[in-house]
Amino acid sequence: MAEFVDFILLGFLAVVALAMTRLRNLFAVAMLSGIYSLLSAVLFVVLDAVDVAFTEAAVGAGITTVLMIGTLALTGTEEKISGRHTMIPLLIVLFTGAALIYGTLDMPAFEDPQAPVHQHVAPKYLRDTPIETGVPNVVTAVLASYRGYDTLGETTVIFTAGLGVIILLGLGQRKPGGTA
Amino acid sequence: MTHNPVLRVMAKLMIPFILLFALYVQFHGDFGPGGGFQAGVIFGAGLILYGLVFGVETALKVFSPTILRIGIAVGVLLYATVGLAGIALNGKYLNYNVLAHDPVHGQHLGILLVELGVFITVASVMMTIFFAFAGRKS
Repeated sequence: MAEFVDFILLGFLAVVALAMTRLRNLFAVAMLSGIYSLLSAVLFVVLDAVDVAFTEAAVGAGITTVLMIGTLALTGTEEKISGRHTMIPLLIVLFTGAALIYGTLDMPAFEDPQAPVHQHVAPKYLRDTPIETGVPNVVTAVLASYRGYDTLGETTVIFTAGLGVIILLGLGQRKPGGTA
Repeated sequence: MTHNPVLRVMAKLMIPFILLFALYVQFHGDFGPGGGFQAGVIFGAGLILYGLVFGVETALKVFSPTILRIGIAVGVLLYATVGLAGIALNGKYLNYNVLAHDPVHGQHLGILLVELGVFITVASVMMTIFFAFAGRKS
């Protein structure tokens, strides 16, 4: 039954991706990319990665779609038809995809308890988190405590993104008659 | 969009629940899915919805550009300061065990504070990016 759900979700993902490449109306493409993110979030829920699914639904489907539409309101809503050849990009994409699929052949089977990812630090986190931190959600404990450096770095990345937007676009200080 | 009564009424009904849900995700992140990042995005999305329906100028009266600019920096600084507090209390950077008498309580306090820092920065940045883009329309 779970495989059935997986196949339907992956099929929907492929359909949405193909529709995004075919459509010329960029508003429709922005909405479809939101749908793509929601479908990915459902796939993460199927994989029991609820924290990742939460982030994907909030950022990918929510904020990104709003920002895309906000950008389209400033630019245009129709994609220009380019005269360039699309054969070489298609070949590159097909080759990269084939290489990635070839790469998955060496990966351990899905849900294999002997996979290296389940043997390294994961057992320690699962065993020690309730004793050392008293936090029931291991994901939160790993993100905020065990891997606090990484999260500090990620927060700094968000900070830098906001700083860049303020420097480039400005916020709330438009001069009358200016070009901004 | 600002003159559509259906949108205005529905947004007014929904925004308090979106903001409350963001705070729930923030403070329930220790026990269920969620945390500072997701909560910040949801909080920012709630106020972006406010800006979409009632106009960016009105939304900027609630969270002025100065507050947003301060918020962006305060979140990261709060996170980094928690790390420095660990050093000041004879521990290591970002090791929360020394923040309270009991290591587990220290971990609780440290995680709460850094998640709050992530929340403040993420919510401020999300609002900043949208308001900077949307403010250029007029």
